[in-house]
Amino acid sequence: MSWCCFFCLQWATLRMERGAKEKNQQLYKPYSNGIIAKEPASLEQEIQEMRRSGSGLGGAEFDMSDIFYFCRRGVESIVDDEVTKRFTAEELESWNLLTRSNYNFHHISTRLTVLWGLGVLIRYGILLPLRYTNIPGVVTVLCFSGRMKSFLSEKVHLMCYRICVRALTAIITYHDSENKPKNGGICVANHTSPIDVIILASDGCYAMVGQVHGGLMGVIQRAMVKACPHIWFERSEVKDRHLVAKRLSDHVADKSKLPILIFPEGTCINNTSVMMFKKGSFEIGCTVYPVAIKYDPRFGEAFWNSSKFGMVNYLLHMMSSWAIVCSVWYLPPMSREEGEDAVQFANRVKAAIARKGGLADLLWDGGLKREKVKEVFKEEQQKLYSKVLVGGEED
Amino acid sequence: RWRLFSDLLYKHNFSEIIQRASKIFVSHSQITRLYSRFHSLDKGENGALSREDFQRIPELAINPLGDRIINAFFPEGEDQVNFRGFMRTLAHFRPVEDNEKNKDPSAGEPLNSRNNKLLFAFRLYDLDRDDKISRDELLQVLRMMVGVNISDEQLGSIADRTIQEADTNGDMCISFSEFIKVLEKVDVEQKMSIRFLH
Repeated sequence: MSWCCFFCLQWATLRMERGAKEKNQQLYKPYSNGIIAKEPASLEQEIQEMRRSGSGLGGAEFDMSDIFYFCRRGVESIVDDEVTKRFTAEELESWNLLTRSNYNFHHISTRLTVLWGLGVLIRYGILLPLRYTNIPGVVTVLCFSGRMKSFLSEKVHLMCYRICVRALTAIITYHDSENKPKNGGICVANHTSPIDVIILASDGCYAMVGQVHGGLMGVIQRAMVKACPHIWFERSEVKDRHLVAKRLSDHVADKSKLPILIFPEGTCINNTSVMMFKKGSFEIGCTVYPVAIKYDPRFGEAFWNSSKFGMVNYLLHMMSSWAIVCSVWYLPPMSREEGEDAVQFANRVKAAIARKGGLADLLWDGGLKREKVKEVFKEEQQKLYSKVLVGGEED
Repeated sequence: RWRLFSDLLYKHNFSEIIQRASKIFVSHSQITRLYSRFHSLDKGENGALSREDFQRIPELAINPLGDRIINAFFPEGEDQVNFRGFMRTLAHFRPVEDNEKNKDPSAGEPLNSRNNKLLFAFRLYDLDRDDKISRDELLQVLRMMVGVNISDEQLGSIADRTIQEADTNGDMCISFSEFIKVLEKVDVEQKMSIRFLH
């Protein structure tokens, strides 16, 4: 039933769009392709070019026009930068009748408003209660799962996650299932929300890695450990990288244990790009099974903006969206090659995931969501410029 | 009429903003984009940006001249910039071709004229706003751009040579007219412009 709803409403939105276009009305514009044109030239190239055109002496010493380069780059980054926009939900080309995805609402027509109102009624009046009825099932299964024998626990877990999937009305398409992760390996995927775990775990059994939480999350974690070994860390242990690496390698060495599921970005990103993979999981030296997850934002924004919404709010949003539609691609397994260090290996895996999922491949650290950028990057820029200055003297 | 949702926080009328803004930026879609960007940078949601809001942009934080550029947005002695101020500063970087569409003789020299672009750059050097770039001010900017990679002596001689070449009236400082003369062959219009895609 909910399928029919989604497709009806999608059709309706498209009709609205067409109607607005015919009347030449100001509609929602896509910002996803960037706001300004940025030149890809490097620091040296641009400054040399500027000097050549100015004083006619390429490679000369300091020129007062050198600041133009930094000035323009700085102002460009103020107008549009690659990083900060990855930590908020992606802007949509067409409005999906959810107020929360509305950034630039202009009153278009009464018809659209009525449709939106109808949408609210359906989502909160019909879809949400239907989804809530799944929760008691999940809780019961989790509580009793610890007492099951291990051969049953796999079935129980899959069932549990599949109930969760129904609770969210997640429509998932799995591609290339022949590459599904096997025991003794690590599964890495791009991270958009906690739902990633549910999506992957409903199609296979994994050992989870993460910090020990308190509250409801803690209860769930303890219940999960009873059924099969997961790796939960105390916060203090997380800082000790060797300890973490040891526990992970021990788990991987034991072929009877399930593949570990890790999100190397370390934080939720908004599913338009893949940010730096932390090298820890790539140092262990076992087979890595990359997985690309891409959500379709038209039916519901899956990205969890943890600075704006808490977990409960987020779940409410998820359960009152039209649906969570996503595609999962299992990529062929990769191993570290000769002469490749962990960072290069991590970048290679990241590039493969980005390519498959159609996401931008960024070198920036997802930790920039909360932390300031390290001084060392500014020092790199200064070093580059110094080379241009001093190099000119030696010419 | 329905308002932009954030208007409830900003407490002003979006259409009014567009109207006043169109004297600075002509294109409606550009104004909307900049407003959206302003809003996303404004983490405190109080209708104004502080220096910390700018420093949160990683690409700006690693720019050696980042702090000076941020300063250019804030009027004397203030540490908040509203949307109008934000747009006025960005307007310096509009391409010069844009002016063709807005021939208004009474409007005075547009913010993005060659002269005003040069003045913007001049002010990055001239911290004390005395309309002269002294040797010290030049050294400060040079130091920001090279970090620790060049010695004091070398930097000092670079500064001396630059002033020697530019200074025509012998006051050991670079005035704005001397600055313009030094850069007369540089394509300022292109190097200090940002092209919007739509």
